[in-house]
Amino acid sequence: MTVLVALPVLLPLLAAALSLVAGRAPRVQRALGVLVLTAIAVIAGVLLKEADNHGPVVLQLGGYAAPFGITLVADRLAALLLLVSALVTLAVLIFSIGQRITDYGRHTASTAFHPMYLVLCAGVSLAYLTGDLFNLFVAFEIMLSSSYVLITRRTTADRVRASMTYVIVSLASSLLFITMIALVYAATGTVNLAALPEKIAALSPGVQTSLGLLMVVVFGIKAALVPLHFWLPDSYPTAPAPITAVFAGLLTKVGVYALIRTQTLVFVHDVGWTVLLVIALLTMLIGVLGAIAQNDLNRMLSFLLVSHIGYMLFGLALFTVLGLAGVILYVVHHITVQAALFLVSGLITRHTGTVSLQGMSGVAKAYPVIAVLFALPALSLAGIPPFSGFVAKIALLQAGAQVGTAAAYAVTAAAVLTSLLTLFAVTKIWVGAFWGKVSEPHQDPDPDDEVTVGTGSTSTGMLVSTGGLVAVSVLIAVFAGPLSAMSERAAADLLDGSAYRAAVLGAEGSG
Amino acid sequence: MTVNITMAIVLAGLYTVGLYLLMQRSLMRVILGIVIVGHGANLFLQVAGGPPGQPVFVGSAVLETMVDPLPQALALTAIVITFALTTFLLALAYRSWALLGHDEVRDDVEDRRIRLAEREREDGEESESETTTSFEAPEAGEEVPR
Repeated sequence: MTVLVALPVLLPLLAAALSLVAGRAPRVQRALGVLVLTAIAVIAGVLLKEADNHGPVVLQLGGYAAPFGITLVADRLAALLLLVSALVTLAVLIFSIGQRITDYGRHTASTAFHPMYLVLCAGVSLAYLTGDLFNLFVAFEIMLSSSYVLITRRTTADRVRASMTYVIVSLASSLLFITMIALVYAATGTVNLAALPEKIAALSPGVQTSLGLLMVVVFGIKAALVPLHFWLPDSYPTAPAPITAVFAGLLTKVGVYALIRTQTLVFVHDVGWTVLLVIALLTMLIGVLGAIAQNDLNRMLSFLLVSHIGYMLFGLALFTVLGLAGVILYVVHHITVQAALFLVSGLITRHTGTVSLQGMSGVAKAYPVIAVLFALPALSLAGIPPFSGFVAKIALLQAGAQVGTAAAYAVTAAAVLTSLLTLFAVTKIWVGAFWGKVSEPHQDPDPDDEVTVGTGSTSTGMLVSTGGLVAVSVLIAVFAGPLSAMSERAAADLLDGSAYRAAVLGAEGSG
Repeated sequence: MTVNITMAIVLAGLYTVGLYLLMQRSLMRVILGIVIVGHGANLFLQVAGGPPGQPVFVGSAVLETMVDPLPQALALTAIVITFALTTFLLALAYRSWALLGHDEVRDDVEDRRIRLAEREREDGEESESETTTSFEAPEAGEEVPR
């Protein structure tokens, strides 16, 4: 059973190597990618069941005992997120195949897409499963370096400028990450997440706070918290839709996951952390206001993404079981919904040939299926009952009201306001893109790039994968009861932490 | 753990120089900044392992005099990663230079849009003719005056 924990990392890495070798046979590459991602989804499901019934599944790599070797841990939270991520990456891969971006343009044969995409998946899996801080850094680097390649596959002046910002900001945050690891090691002598809490608790409060804040900054850049969000709306929209979808759905959430993991497991907070609450409030409001000011579909969605990262931070900053359970629900809901919205944006662009809201109209009349596929996740994002966003938001609002301090109430109010403004933003997209007279498709602005747009048609693969993701987000709402019970158990685990420590360090370390 | 004052000063110097370069307008300097902060961070990992000691081979020295090997392993990994990413960054910078003919970091679309709107508003106030707060995003690749 414990070997299963290594597979979500090993399988995509090996498949990436094979995929590179099979570069001349696109069919083999496609089959390999779909097969491996399906396998990860199944393994994640098994791990989730095991972790839920019998506690965290732990694998000590190379047989070294815990605080010295590399540890992989699948507890409830990690397994749940692994499952959702695998489903999203699978849907996006099918979408990419349907859109034929995997084949790269119409003139050059590029073999890079599939291997890089699989490496990205390996990095995401490793980030969820890793049990030590340095390994988390390696996971981030695996994930980011493949994302650099994916975002710069076509090097036009515009894409190079945007991806330059992305690469440099990510690198700067990675260097801060190394610095943080060095400081943690100098202070405690270990980087194992399970062994850290005891050592950290022995440090002076000043050192504890500064290490904690440095972690917030490092993961805050990756997760795009205001005021560290500026790079995201600038760089994400330049990539083709499916790549943006996987970035928006997963990369920022891995940052949020790292934040949750370190702030609950490593640092022990008894009460809410006001600084985090303030950042959460700013992130929600600035993000959504930024979205309303845009007239480009993808930039709007990117700003909405920033705004909704604020919700996750809000629940984390409360440090209660209810708050964390809300965050877990929210992350699960948001990964699927945000990825689905970016895929729909890809569908719209494919039809209309433009991302400007002023340039398109009448999509609802011309392609009613796309209108339905957009409406469901968009309403869910805004938190309209009975969709998954409502379930997750109501959990967070309840948690905020339960804490009951002035700061918590203020952020709760801001969360409600942001929800309304989100509704306004998606209405703006709806009015701009879906209503009105059916417009002629625009010419493909860059006929040489990897995406054909403005065809006025769509492919089955694109529709099926987007529909699948939307269906998953509806299923989240249908199974909200068991899911929220599960996330409450996961949240209780997180705040307690002893189950995790006992599983990693053995019985004697559980104290 | 004792503090090695020389190393502390060297680290402070590397971080200062690197971060200063990161905030420059020229792409080449930004990359040099990344490289120098990277060196600083890798050195920091080394220093975090404590004072120098004997090499770590079984039976070659007393256990207490041996150096802590873990930070060295970590630093080695980090060096490989920063090295690989620096290469990628240089390739990207070369591509940017080949496309644009200069190595200046360009403002993002939003900044350019705001500056354009600002300029239009000023022009409008001078001539007092038309209302000029149209927020048109500049087309991709369009050169907007700084």
